[in-house]
Amino acid sequence: MSLIETFEREQLRQDIPDFKAGDTVRVHFLVVEGSRQRLQVFEGTVIKRQGELSRETFTVRKQSFGVGVERTFPVHSPKVERIERVSEGDVRRAKLYYLRDKVGKKARVREKQRS
Amino acid sequence: MPAIIGTKLGMTQIFGEDGSRVGLTVVQAGPCHVTQIRTEENDGYDAVQLAYGAVRPKLLSKPELGHLEKAGAPPSRHLHEFGLDEVGEDLSLGDQVTVAGFEPGLVVRVTGTSKGKGYAGTIKRHNFQRGPVTHGSHNVRAPGSIGAAAWPARVFKGQRMSGRMGNETVTQRGVQVIDADPDRNLLLLKGSIPGGVNGIVIVRPQ
Repeated sequence: MSLIETFEREQLRQDIPDFKAGDTVRVHFLVVEGSRQRLQVFEGTVIKRQGELSRETFTVRKQSFGVGVERTFPVHSPKVERIERVSEGDVRRAKLYYLRDKVGKKARVREKQRS
Repeated sequence: MPAIIGTKLGMTQIFGEDGSRVGLTVVQAGPCHVTQIRTEENDGYDAVQLAYGAVRPKLLSKPELGHLEKAGAPPSRHLHEFGLDEVGEDLSLGDQVTVAGFEPGLVVRVTGTSKGKGYAGTIKRHNFQRGPVTHGSHNVRAPGSIGAAAWPARVFKGQRMSGRMGNETVTQRGVQVIDADPDRNLLLLKGSIPGGVNGIVIVRPQ
């Protein structure tokens, strides 16, 4: 393992739950407004995870007042207070860019059936 | 005041105190052995010579090995001299310099050999503009006029043209030290530094 990789592994957070593209997650994100800070919750479908080790990011997409909104978070950022996995999606690919072209009922991800 | 020789390992990022991502370069630096003290009376100037980079003894000549052995240093590939204002005056023969002297927030100068670009045209090498690509133009990446005609009947010296680019010594000033890890001999510098991965870099105080 290269020293850079070792160094990046040290930055990893251990409290991040398993989640992948298609899952619905709730991201509790620290927002600093001037001198005070508060938690903002962003809930939606994960459409991709990108990068590796400490540089990894994930993108969450949701519909807000009829408009598609996407937000990208660094997985291991200290500003991500908590990630909640609401449901697991049943998808066949790792990047769900096709959701951007769908509207309404078609822009949903099937939930995985556990047998 | 610290100065050291190291190897660029590559770039990565960390999270700053406010949660923002900070790009940084990881440099493996030292430990460097003091191999010679140059003095005003002996050499005409004051300086300290540091050695870095373990190497098989076979690759060095006997005079080189003897020079290093005299200072108790292992066979090393790179030697470099630093002024007393750069390394401080309290070093003596056989001492070791590590990254321990680099405190977070210190601003340094980093010298390295830039990546070679080969034979480069004027657009890449001197930031010339390119010509139009449509309307029948054949002057897309050509340099244009390099001077007048009958007078001066020659091209002035220093006219910027295409040629070898990169692979030269570059010093970058104002580089901030983010952290130093003496256990692993790592130096974390904010942003980028000259040269490619595995390039030799010299880190000196501003």
